[in-house]
Order: sequence, then structure tokens, then C-alpha cells
Amino acid sequence: PRSTWSRKVRSKRDDFEDILEERRNSSDLRYAFKCYTPVLYRGLTPCKAATLKSMVLQSEQLLHVINQVSAESGESTDVVKDEAAAILEEMAHRLQLRTIRFFAYTLSKAFKALYRSVCVNEEGIQRLQQAMQEHPVVLLPSHRSYMDFLMMSYILYTYDLSLPVIAAGMDFLGMKFVGEMLRMSGAFFIRRSFGGDQLYWAVFSEYVKTMLRKGYAPIEFFLEGTRSRTCKSLTPKLGLLNIVMEPFFKGEVFDVNLVPVSMSYERVLEESLYARELLGVPKPKESTSGLLKARKILSEDYGSMHVYFSPPVSVRSLAQGRINRSQFNLTPRHVAQKPSEETQAFVNDVAYRIVRLQQENMVVKPWVLVATLLLQSVEGMELTELMEQTSWLRDLARMFGAFLDWPDHTPCSMVVSSSISLHRNLACVSGSRISLVVEGPQGPETPEEALFNRAVSVLSCASYRNQVLHVFLRPALLAMALSNANSSRKEDIYSCFDFLRNVFSDEFILSPGASVQDFDEACHLLVKCGAVELLHQDVVMAESGRTVLSFLTLLLEPFLQGYQVVCRYLREEATENLTEKQFIPAVRSFAVKLHLSGSLKCYEVLSSDLQKNALNALIRLNVVRRVRTLKS
Amino acid sequence: MASIGDGSERQRIAQQRLRVLAGHLRRLGAEERPGVAAQECRAGAGTTEPDDKPPCSVPKRRQDIMKWNGWGYADSKFFFNKKGQGEFTGKRYRLSGLILPSLKDWFEGTFGANLQHKSPAVPSLNTSAVAPPSLNEAFVEELKSTGIPFSHDTEDRVFRAHGHCLHEIFSLRDGRVGRCPDMVVWPNCHNDVVKIVELACKHSVCLIPYGGGTSVSSALECPPEETRSIVSLDTSQMNRILWIDEKNLTAHVEAGIIGQDLERLLNESGYCTGHEPDSMEFSSLGGWVATRASGMKKNIYGNIEDLVVHIKMVTPRGVIEKSCQGPRMSTGPDIHHFILGSEGTLGVVTEVTLKIRPIPEYQKYGSVVFPNFQQGVACLREVAKQRCAPASIRLMDNEQFQFGHALKPQVSSIFTSFLDGLKKFYITKFKGFDPHHLCVATLLFEGDREKVLQHEKLVYDIAAKFGGLAAGEDNGQRGYMLTFVIAYLRDLGMEYYVIGESFETSVPWDRVLDLCRNVKERIVRECKEKGVQFPPLSTCRVTQTYDAGACVYFYFAFNYRGLSDPVHVYEQVEHAAREEILANGGSLSHHHGVGKLRKEWMQETISSVGLGMLKSVKDYLDPNNIFGNRNLL
Repeated sequence: PRSTWSRKVRSKRDDFEDILEERRNSSDLRYAFKCYTPVLYRGLTPCKAATLKSMVLQSEQLLHVINQVSAESGESTDVVKDEAAAILEEMAHRLQLRTIRFFAYTLSKAFKALYRSVCVNEEGIQRLQQAMQEHPVVLLPSHRSYMDFLMMSYILYTYDLSLPVIAAGMDFLGMKFVGEMLRMSGAFFIRRSFGGDQLYWAVFSEYVKTMLRKGYAPIEFFLEGTRSRTCKSLTPKLGLLNIVMEPFFKGEVFDVNLVPVSMSYERVLEESLYARELLGVPKPKESTSGLLKARKILSEDYGSMHVYFSPPVSVRSLAQGRINRSQFNLTPRHVAQKPSEETQAFVNDVAYRIVRLQQENMVVKPWVLVATLLLQSVEGMELTELMEQTSWLRDLARMFGAFLDWPDHTPCSMVVSSSISLHRNLACVSGSRISLVVEGPQGPETPEEALFNRAVSVLSCASYRNQVLHVFLRPALLAMALSNANSSRKEDIYSCFDFLRNVFSDEFILSPGASVQDFDEACHLLVKCGAVELLHQDVVMAESGRTVLSFLTLLLEPFLQGYQVVCRYLREEATENLTEKQFIPAVRSFAVKLHLSGSLKCYEVLSSDLQKNALNALIRLNVVRRVRTLKS
Repeated sequence: MASIGDGSERQRIAQQRLRVLAGHLRRLGAEERPGVAAQECRAGAGTTEPDDKPPCSVPKRRQDIMKWNGWGYADSKFFFNKKGQGEFTGKRYRLSGLILPSLKDWFEGTFGANLQHKSPAVPSLNTSAVAPPSLNEAFVEELKSTGIPFSHDTEDRVFRAHGHCLHEIFSLRDGRVGRCPDMVVWPNCHNDVVKIVELACKHSVCLIPYGGGTSVSSALECPPEETRSIVSLDTSQMNRILWIDEKNLTAHVEAGIIGQDLERLLNESGYCTGHEPDSMEFSSLGGWVATRASGMKKNIYGNIEDLVVHIKMVTPRGVIEKSCQGPRMSTGPDIHHFILGSEGTLGVVTEVTLKIRPIPEYQKYGSVVFPNFQQGVACLREVAKQRCAPASIRLMDNEQFQFGHALKPQVSSIFTSFLDGLKKFYITKFKGFDPHHLCVATLLFEGDREKVLQHEKLVYDIAAKFGGLAAGEDNGQRGYMLTFVIAYLRDLGMEYYVIGESFETSVPWDRVLDLCRNVKERIVRECKEKGVQFPPLSTCRVTQTYDAGACVYFYFAFNYRGLSDPVHVYEQVEHAAREEILANGGSLSHHHGVGKLRKEWMQETISSVGLGMLKSVKDYLDPNNIFGNRNLL
């Protein structure tokens, strides 16, 4: 069965169309009031948002849980039913075309101010339209910005496709008007955590499943669960994916189409906010006034944006030979069953597969390559050297299959300098040298402040480098394994590779159980670029391989150092009863101490994302144990 | 002779009943009718051909009246006449001799077929293509001495080498014949069977019981790997009703009797079994027992397992039967259930005691139109819930409804066609039913006139709650006709590059809709993937209702022009459809049985322990695999 999972040779990617072009040439008002007649799902039973709610509340699935909860809690079923109705009321969307039209108008204005272009692969749109007629569709965009779901709905409206209902975090509801506006444009709101709340889970999953079964609307959610602050794909969350696949497992629909969508930004709106957040400055609470204050971003240039709709992935074909659907034959389908191990593993594999598809079709901008190189020489470098290296890196990235958006027939130097000028908040050229921009106060700053400001720059820059990591990740792990293994024997190198892969599998998207494939892929790529040679049982560095291998090793260096610092902290300073809450600040101050003493040069250790990932890895590897303590 | 009972009333009812049967079956010449025969087989006397025995509907030489490469009677078949109109030949059926003006359009429209593109069968069986019989001389010698008739004529052998699976008929039409039985024996009674089985054991001969030959599970196919001489044991001459017991309402019948003869003979005495599987013109009582058959009127009369009171079966280990005819027993697992569904792997069923019922006074067809299939299923579910199902209730999906319409004979008067138009207008325009979604339930009520009318009202009232509109007796009757002529229609299709078959399952109520949709869709998808150039016909009906679920029947057919190996494609699609059924909570079979066609799923169906249980029974009864058709296990 594994063979069906092996990745296909990268097929040619589609071309892009700029959807803003038409907006710049014709009336936004007319656009907002255009005739909107989407092609509908052929199995659709049309119903209103209100009917949907009553269908959910009267569903056998929910009634079953209501009875259970009532039996366990001793409350009457009516009380529990009311509770369920209240949960649904809080959750449910109220999609209406009016609001969409309002957004179509305002977003047109905003997007034109923010972006030079919004490029969409129209072939992907056509495939999506086809898929939407055939089977229920689940849209799975990457999540880098608040813009993501507004942009998705905007694009679907533009192309006359059915508007999605979108799973959103409850935090938006804190924003006056805006929350309700989002609700009316198709967002439904779920609590960030509802661990043991059986009723909440039942209402939520039944709501989503009902919409899916009825083909009410495409369902959109973010596999990564939250916006990635690092621009690195996050480990997928499986809850919602489980929910949308279940109707297929139970035969309630013939198939479900998953459509990965890659949304790449040349500049993310939240760029510096993210870096600060990673350094422990609390994320500003979503509020309408905050949003209004953020108006000033409208005057900035955020470059271009690319949205790539990947071909729909049929759950049915993925499940072929992996899921025995008759396992559901012996229990009534409204009785929720814990997914079998087989099912869990399958859903997990699908999730990783989708995230990798998102990554594969993420557009990489020239600046990403520049940022990657700059981070390897934090103290700055000669501009000419940068140009040279960028051009070299471009070729390497292409060879490794990156989806580069590199303008044709333009000299490399032009491309590099124009990206630097777009990102002048991050890099500056003085004389013949280029270096990172570090913001500082007017007056004198403490060493801590200086460190913080420098870290903000580095982490901002890293968020661009991270956008290309998926291209180099496997070869980089191999490069690292080559320099660390005891011998050049293939088994030794593989086991070192496997170890590193294992350590970093919370940090990067590395599908569980695909170690051998990843190794083969890495070997293949490094052989292809002439960096290593495969001799019988050995993997050895080629004569000309030094540049590539040292670049790749340096690429992962910050992560390696970061994990080492976390380990050092745990070994040297951590006490027995360290709580998870204390962990991050403690590691941070440990790292700050090392920095100030001059024994640590790496800034990414300060990122709370890395710290969390390292802790999770250590827990997963049974190095650290999580103990539940009773609250006093 | 058993007592016929008194009164002309009974005679009248019997006559009416006969007419009804002849109506949806065939017309019989009076000279063909066998009578009720109570005499015992003259055991040991060396019966050759008992001359006191009336001829039955199926002669020993099946080739005299049946097709060798298609379904049913040689004189009955569909064809397109010179004007391109469909026609049905012969005199046996209601449809015989009628013109079917809409058939061509439906046929060409549904399959993308064309009357210009023909795929004719080879005209006759080329007997030289059949491998000569490999006889077990010692067995033949001893058999001769018993006087039991046998033959190794090629045609006799070929007729018993197949059932009616698509691949079997397709090969025959192509002139290809696989492994055949090496000889055919026709026992006349239970004792003849005992002797044959003894001889087979003694001389190590493989026996394959043969009843009506209507199997659609590859059950009659001779295992190609069989090296012993294969003897087809044709039960068709064991066709007498041995006695009728009016006090207990039972009849004791030889197992070779075919459905239509059994009903007719019982009717003459004022009784019926009420067991009417769609194949009843040709299938035999023993075959019903051996495959766990189901009749369309099971709601009143029950399925075969509800009807049998006593079974006698000859096995290599000896004769198995119960010692009394108590209506129910608590004596360990019911041994009848080892026999029911054993598919000829354990022995030969020779005699069966069946429940009988007086012929119902009144019978009425009916039909209901629903706006869509979901509503129809909901109605059937409600009917089942209230346990008020008529003798038969079936729900056809939209495609099948249109199929049924294609078989509407030419309307004789302008008035009827005007009336038809009016009905159509009322349903589609006035009631707003979408002609591409509406579906029809066909009904058959039976019993006292009064009760039937009451019952009818009850059912129509329920139907109305689900948006159903009564649509007349005619539509109902035509629906049932479809099931009797469908196999003839397949032969027509095969003349024009269209192949197809039916298959069935049973499924809990809550999954009926999902299963129907998914299986139909799977068929369409698989056809596309396998390179079928035209969209297939993929249609279903709910044919039986139970307390906890329903039986669903699928028709699947496609135009195979452009395919190099259509049968293989067909089999792949059918296989996929079965997987889909199982994945959607359907059973491996409701009444067709397992045979060799569905063997591969037996373990997952009944668990490996369950399979082991069945195997150990087989090992005890037939350690040398004399009954070597290799079905089921």
C-alpha cells in the first residue's frame, strides 16, 4: 500500500492570472453587485442556514449524545438540548450574499492598496469547479495571515464558485461587528480547546458533517490549526480532518475531495508582529479598534501574492486498500466510535500529505533566497557576493523542485535589488555591503534591548528563509548526517539521518514512517546536484560538493543549536517540578544569559516556537516526561 | 391421489389462480400438465422411464424446448423487427406477439447502442469443440445395472455445464465451452439418488447436482482442476407431489419439481406454496433449498427457510432427515440450516415437506409514484415498521422506472394513449414531480377481497404521507413482468454489444439509500476507469422489506464496443460493486447464493471460525469431496 503514497514526479505547474488586474480596470461596485450563480454540487439538497441548525439539533447523532450527557449528569434532556442549541447558536455561520458583496467591494479596495497583484492558477479553479459538482469539497489552505480566509472567499466569489463555510477561532468573536461580519460571510466559530466537552464536540462535529453530507457548501479549515508565526508549515491538527472524512468512511457520501491551497505572500502583513510574539511579547488581542489602528498598513507595499489550488485529492482513492469501511457495519452509524488505530494512522498520513502538497505549490520569491543567504552571514556581506550566491542558490533551488517566482529575462542583480527594496525594513545596503536592519530606540539601549531588537530582525528574516526550508530539508538532513556519521557506509548514514529526522519531526513536516523514502529522495537530489556520490555501500561527498553541503548544514544549524540550548537548560537548570507554563520564559532567560555572556551567537533559540517544538520532541523521544499534577 | 376437497368454489378459485399464474408466467398446453402422483418410486425394480408418469414442463432433453446459449424457452425472445420496433416472439407470455414501440429508443438512448452494430452469437453448438467425456467405466457399468437413465450425449452435457452468469452465456454465444460434466444421470426418486451416491463414493466419481440450471453464482461450473469423472445429477425427473396433508397444510414433494409445476399442481388441489422467486419458471424446489431462495411474496408466505417443514437429503455419509414434522424444535442447532444454502456441496436434497396455503381469493396489483427515491424508501421503511407490507412491495429507481416504460406495448386505442398523456401531465406538471427523479413502487395484494381492499387503503395512506400518488394497477403489473423478462432482454442486448447482469444484497434500513447511491456511482466510475466507452445502465430497486432491513437488487449493463475483453471488464466492475456493497454494510448475498463467484468473501463474511465450522461439516459428510462443485467454501 505504501507505493500509492510515494510522491509522484513533480508535474508541471499551472500558470497564474492576476485577479486584481480586472479590478484595477473596472468598477468595484459593479463587481460587488455582479450576477453570482455558482455551479452547485449535484447531490445538493438546498436548505437555509436556519434549517441546517434544526437538522443538526434533531440529528440522531446529537440526540444520542444528548441522552448520554443527560444520563451522566442527571440534567433533564431538555436542559441539555438547550445547552446544545446555545452552543450551536454561538458556533453557526449565517452566510449571506449581502455581506459577501460588501466584502467584495471593500476587499477589492484593500487588496488593490496592499498588493501589486494577486495571482491565481485558473486551471486549479477549473478543476475545483469540476470537483465541486461531483462530491463534497473540503478546502485546505495554508495559514500564514488573517488575510487567508478573506482572500479565499474573495477568490471563490470572483470565479463564481460556491462560497465556503470556514472554521474560525472563537477569538474573532471578541471583535465587535467584525466577528458578526465574518459570521455572515461564512465563518463558523469554534473554541480553541474543548478537550473533554462531549456535548460541544458532538454539536461541532455534527454541524460540520451535516454541511458536508448535504453538500451545503465547501468546508474550509486550516489543517495547521493556527497561523504559522514562523511561515514554516505547522504539524497538522487532525480533529477536523477526522470529522470531514468520517462521512466517507461510513458510506454517507461517495467521496470527499480535499483541495490543498497554497497561499504565498511576498510580505506577510503580520511580519514583525510575529517575530515579537515569538520573543514573548503577547499577541495583541483581536479587537476592532486594533484593526482600525492597523489601517496604516494600507499605505505599505506588500508585493504580490500567489494562490495555488492543487488538484483535488479524493479521500476514496487514498483510502483504497487502507481503510476497511466495513468496520462500521456492526454499530449504528449515529453512535460515535473512537477511530481505530488504522484510521488514525491513515488520517495522519493524509494530513501530512496535504501539508506537503501545500508546501510543494507554495511560491518562493527571490527575497526568500536572499534572506536565507543573509541569515548565514548575520554580520552582513558584500553585495556582489550576495548576487553571485543568490544566483547559485536559485539554480540549486530549481534543481530541487522549488516553485520559484523568478522574473524571466531580468538580470539577477536587478531581481535582488528590487526584492531588497521591497523589504527595506529588513535589509539595507550601505556602500557595497548589505546587512540586516536593526531597529533601535533613539536613546541608549540596554544590552537586553539590543539583543531583543536584533532578534526581531533575525526572526523576521528567518520567517522568509523558512518558506524555502521544505525544498532543502531532506538534503540538509542528509548533509548533516554525512558530517556526523561514524563512517560513510550507507547504513550508518541512514541511521544518523533517521535520528536527526526523528529529532526534528516536530519542527518540520516529516511524514511519520516515511524515513526511507525521505532518505532516498535526499540521496537522489544530492546526487543530482553533484554533491555526493553513491558507491556500492557508501555515500561519499563529491569533489565539488563542499559548497552545497556546507550551505545545507548551515541552513539547519540554528535549529540544531536551539535544541542543544534547550537540552542544556534542562540538564543544567531545570528543577523537578518545572511546569509547562514556566518552561518557555525559563528557557528564554537561560538563552538570553548565554547570549549576553557571549557564549551563544544564535538568535533563533529565543523563538518560543523552537522551544516548544524542542520540548515536544524530547517528550516524544521519552527524554522528558510530562506528569499531571493535581491542582491544589 | 390426494383429496381435492369439495365444492366448485375451490375449483373456481383454482381456475382463477391458474389464469393469474399463466398470466405472469406462460401459457401451458393442457396436454403438458402433469398430475399429482402419490405413488412411490418403484425402488429396486430398475426404473427406466416410468410410463405412468405425466410429462413435466422441463423434459430430460432440455434442448428440445430451451435455448442452448441464452435464457428460457427457445421460442421466446426479443428482437427488433424490420421497422426497428421491439417485439417478443412466441405465445407463452403476456408480452408474446406484442409490439414494443419505445424499446428501441430506450435501448439506443440508454446504452449508446445502434441497431446497425450487431454482435450475433454463433448459430449452433459445435459439438466437436467439446472435449469427449472421460468416463469412469466401472461406475457406468454398475449404474447401467440399476436401470437409472443416463447419457453422455454432448448436448446433454453442455446444457448442464453452466448457469446463467454473464461470462457463461457470453462464452456459449461465442461457441466456447469449458469443462463439462462427463455424463448426466436422471434419478427418478430418492432411492435412485441413494444408489447413485453410493456408486459415486465407491468409484470415486464427482457428483454435481443440477436442478433448474438458473444459478447466477457460477455454482454449476465444473471446477477445471477436477480430475475425476464428473457426473451431473439432474433432478428434473423427480417432480411429483407425493402427498398433500390438508389437516396440517403441508405437501410432500420431490425436490426436482420446478416452481411453475409445483404451483400448478397444488392449484389443482386448491393450494399454493406462495413461493415465487423470479426464476420460478425454471428453478427447482431442491435448488431453492440449496441456495436459501427467496420468493417475491415472502411477506405472506415466507422465504424458503420458513416454508420447509422437513427435508430429506442424501449425502456420502448417508441420508439425513428429522424424525418428525413438529413445527418447531429445540433440539440443538437446526440441521435444516446445514442443508439450506449448502449449494450442492454436501449432498442431494431429494424430498421436501412444505407448508401450503389455500389459494387466495383475490389478488390485486397496484403502484405508487414518489417524487424521488428517498421518499420511496422512507415509505417502504414505514410500511415495514407497521408490518403491513403487501404480498409484494418493490421500489424501482428512476432509471428502472424508465426501463419499465420502454416495455409498454403499443397502445391499442387513442383513448388509452390520451389517458396516459393525462396521467403524465397530472404527475409531472400538476404535482410537480421531476420525471428524472420520480420513482415507482409496485404492489401486489393477496387474500380475501375485503381484506385486500382494506390493506390497500392502509398502504396507500402511508404512501400519501411520503408524497406518494397511486398510479394504477397497470404500472404495478408491468413492474413484475419486467423481472420475468429481464433475462430475455439480456439476450437481446447481447445481440447488440450490450452485456449486463443483476446482483443483489440485503442491508439495514438506515443504509439503504447510501448503499444504493454508492454502488450505482461506483459502477459508473469503474466503467469509466476500465475504458467503457459509454455510460452504463446502473439501476436498483428495493425488492423486499424486512423488520430490520431490505433486499436491494441492482441491474448493471453497458455497451462494450471498443473493449477487447468485455467479460473481464464486466467482472472487474461487478467485483468492485460487491466490494462497495460490503463496505456499505450490505450482505454478500440475499438469495442468489455464493457459488464460486463470491467465495473469496466468505471468510470476511462469516469469520474464519464460521468458515471452519462449515468446513468441518463438509469434512464429516463428504470427506472425499464427492460433491465436488467447490461452491461456497
